[in-house]
Amino acid sequence: MPPQAVGIILDEQAPLTLVELTRACAVRAELIVELVEEGVLAPIGREPDHWRFTGAHMRRARVAVHLQRDLGVNLAGAALALQLLDEIEALRARLRAMGAD
Amino acid sequence: MEFKDYYQVMGVKRDATQDEIKRAYRQLARKYHPDVSKEADAETRFKELGEAYEVLKDPEKRAAYDQLGANWKAGQDFRPPPDWKEGFEFSGGDTADYSDFFEALYGRGSRPGHGSRASFHAQGEDRHARVLIDLEDAYTGTTRSITLRVPEFDAQGRVSTREHTLNVTIPRGVRAGQHIRLAGQGGPGIGQGKPGDLYLEVGFRPHVRYRVEERDVYLDLPIAPWEAALGATVKVPSPNGVVELKIPPDSAAGRKLRLKGRGIPGNTPGDLYVVLQIALPSADTDAAKALYRNMGEQFKSFEPRAKLGV
Repeated sequence: MPPQAVGIILDEQAPLTLVELTRACAVRAELIVELVEEGVLAPIGREPDHWRFTGAHMRRARVAVHLQRDLGVNLAGAALALQLLDEIEALRARLRAMGAD
Repeated sequence: MEFKDYYQVMGVKRDATQDEIKRAYRQLARKYHPDVSKEADAETRFKELGEAYEVLKDPEKRAAYDQLGANWKAGQDFRPPPDWKEGFEFSGGDTADYSDFFEALYGRGSRPGHGSRASFHAQGEDRHARVLIDLEDAYTGTTRSITLRVPEFDAQGRVSTREHTLNVTIPRGVRAGQHIRLAGQGGPGIGQGKPGDLYLEVGFRPHVRYRVEERDVYLDLPIAPWEAALGATVKVPSPNGVVELKIPPDSAAGRKLRLKGRGIPGNTPGDLYVVLQIALPSADTDAAKALYRNMGEQFKSFEPRAKLGV
């Protein structure tokens, strides 16, 4: 029998700190701070020490990091790509709702 | 092992310049990047591309690859030539996914600072994986068996992979796009370092019947014209069992009826929305035709296109 692992859902009740997010994305904390300053991430809390991130934040941060690393775009370019990806996803959801898929 | 034609993977000629190779990489990377691409095989293509670029961007590795000659075809059975020197012990880079062919030519990546320095300690890497469940599983919770490839380092710091299977409890009330954190199930620590954590991103398999938006679930429900007109109580499927739904009289197609709290469970449970669709019986018998004609007679003043001004 493989070992049994019980996890917790990362949400508003169980968010990540800046240090945890930095580890999860394998990046320097400065990069996360830049993502917040660019408006890519909107954590709960005012000061970096009090920032709290959800799983959705983690996903955005990881995509931003991957795009910069793999496609050679800068932070603003990654931010633009993420925004366009959000719009595409919203449009796809509307198409699904209209039964067009 | 199979020969890999790195020039073919990147779609460049064997005499392409380094600039051309870089350009081809950027173009294909944008096309197949798993975070932006909707191509079905994006992930595989992107890995192949990364491996090809790893070789062709580096003049030294490229020269060594070129030495194999131009006569090899992709997929051909390949053994490294006997005089091949494995002089390419390189560090860094995520080579765990590279092919056997790559490893035979260039060796496996090694982790710098590991092995020889026994006093070095560091927490293991956090790892990420995706798990697909059915919508119904989110109502009840479920268990999924996850198999991960875990890198292991020997005394020389060389890396190999082993498979690690884990039964993961997926809690009730999980939503698509949420992440489950499994403490200590990530990469192994170095020295006395703790292992990293594993993050599982949850996705729902597409459902033939339901659409999901955040916590809410949508269902298209066909009803008969007389049910829509006169009202009725009908049976409706839901992810946690059949429910009775009261359809108010004079319901038009597209009307949304809410079953409160019948969406994805949680502290704030979602709702189930039933979207009415009116199904017409086909006029395939004389009796049915007569009935429709009679309806037309009875509803003479009914103008369905009144708003179109025709």
